[in-house]
Amino acid sequence: YPYVTGTSVVGVKYKDGILMASDMGASYGSTLRYKSVERMKPIGKHSLLGASGEISDFQEILRYLDELILYDNMWDDGNSLGPKEVHSYLTRVMYNRRNKFNPLWNSLVLGGVKNGKKYLGTVSMIGVHFEDNHVATGFGNHLARPILREEWREDLSYEDGVKLLEKCMRVLLYRDRSAVNKIQIAKITEEGVSISKPYSLRTFWEFNAFRNPTVGAEGSW
Amino acid sequence: MFRNQYDTDVTTWSPAGRLFQVEYAMEAVKQGSAAIGLRSKTHVVLACVNKANSELSSHQKKIFKVDDHIGVAIAGLTADGRVLSRYMRSECINYSFTYESPLPVGRLVVQLADKAQVCTQRSWKRPFGVGLLVGGLDESGAHLYYNCPSGNYFEYQAFAIGSRSQAAKTYLERKFESFMGSSRDDLIKDALFAIKETLQGEKLKSSICTVAVLGVGEPFHILDQETVQQVINAHEIVEEEASAEQEAAAAADQDAPSADEAAPADQGIAPMDI
Repeated sequence: YPYVTGTSVVGVKYKDGILMASDMGASYGSTLRYKSVERMKPIGKHSLLGASGEISDFQEILRYLDELILYDNMWDDGNSLGPKEVHSYLTRVMYNRRNKFNPLWNSLVLGGVKNGKKYLGTVSMIGVHFEDNHVATGFGNHLARPILREEWREDLSYEDGVKLLEKCMRVLLYRDRSAVNKIQIAKITEEGVSISKPYSLRTFWEFNAFRNPTVGAEGSW
Repeated sequence: MFRNQYDTDVTTWSPAGRLFQVEYAMEAVKQGSAAIGLRSKTHVVLACVNKANSELSSHQKKIFKVDDHIGVAIAGLTADGRVLSRYMRSECINYSFTYESPLPVGRLVVQLADKAQVCTQRSWKRPFGVGLLVGGLDESGAHLYYNCPSGNYFEYQAFAIGSRSQAAKTYLERKFESFMGSSRDDLIKDALFAIKETLQGEKLKSSICTVAVLGVGEPFHILDQETVQQVINAHEIVEEEASAEQEAAAAADQDAPSADEAAPADQGIAPMDI
């Protein structure tokens, strides 16, 4: 069972590549224990991995990938593992562990660009995997994906992509108990990976519904 | 080569620093029937001579599909060749399954070479008696490699192995500079011409040779007899075309192996170092 967990990761394809967002929180049950955890990491030259779920399992996965990329580089032959290959590899690893009844308790988002081709995929702890134009894990599945379904379009500009992700993260911040207000946005293009410095979202708590949450609810005054 | 006291074991060096068992394995490759390969930027063509023992028997299969993007032509002990092809197929399919991507040819060739090297350093094994021409396509383009029983491998623009391969190599040496930019059909034509060079005086028919192609947008496949015969007819690759100088050059090349037997076994460069 998971002990220290990260919450949602959201990813979208945009004009030049992939944009991914996650907050920097790691909860210990219902305690918001750690608030500076980087849940997105670059993999090799072409990919970016974001994870929600058990943080120690995420660190284990990073070690596996580290070894994989190392061996790939040792060939020194001009070929390199792209996001599609890393995604397939992770799928095999996750599914294999699930079959042994000892899963890595994570939901992963893998994005990357290689030779101009953009790739965005996800793998769950039971090995369910697919690729799409926009993906999300955890609470993001329920809160962010409906927004993305409505508002995502082909060839988003960088600014529009970031705005879209911030909108999703804001909703998650309001409604997900394990979210913290310190997020990072990562960008991956043909040139490489860059993860932004952490920053917080502007929130507004003066909505009427927030000021008087129980008005209109059954059995309240 | 003469028999000598250092050639019983593959793990015995000769005083001149040669491993005779490995060199004998390479002899086996030279005795097998010819196989040639050539490549352009986008395609690889493999061709080989397929002579049946008698009219009653079928041909030896010498060209194998390893994956959609890799094929191999062998010369030498075909049984060893089949085993190595099975290994290559298994490596390709395992990589495909894990990474959903084709295995880069260069990596397969290195794995194959390492497998061959192991057999040159264990006392209970013997070297593989087969030379492999591996043709494949990956991200960096079309490639042709030659894998030796010694564990060496080289990349080639065009190459020929097996008996009378020197004649084919001479032809390829004249033409290879144009191969990089050749069209697929020109490559096939050149491959058949090279095959014709290895047939001493025999008429080139599609029933005695096999041709396989792979390239960008074209998975590896062996051309059927009709297609090959059509190419032969179209370019009139028949005996009459061989000029006198080519036949003289071929005859001169045949003298070289017999000269080797006259010289003492330990002199000259060991073949695997070339």
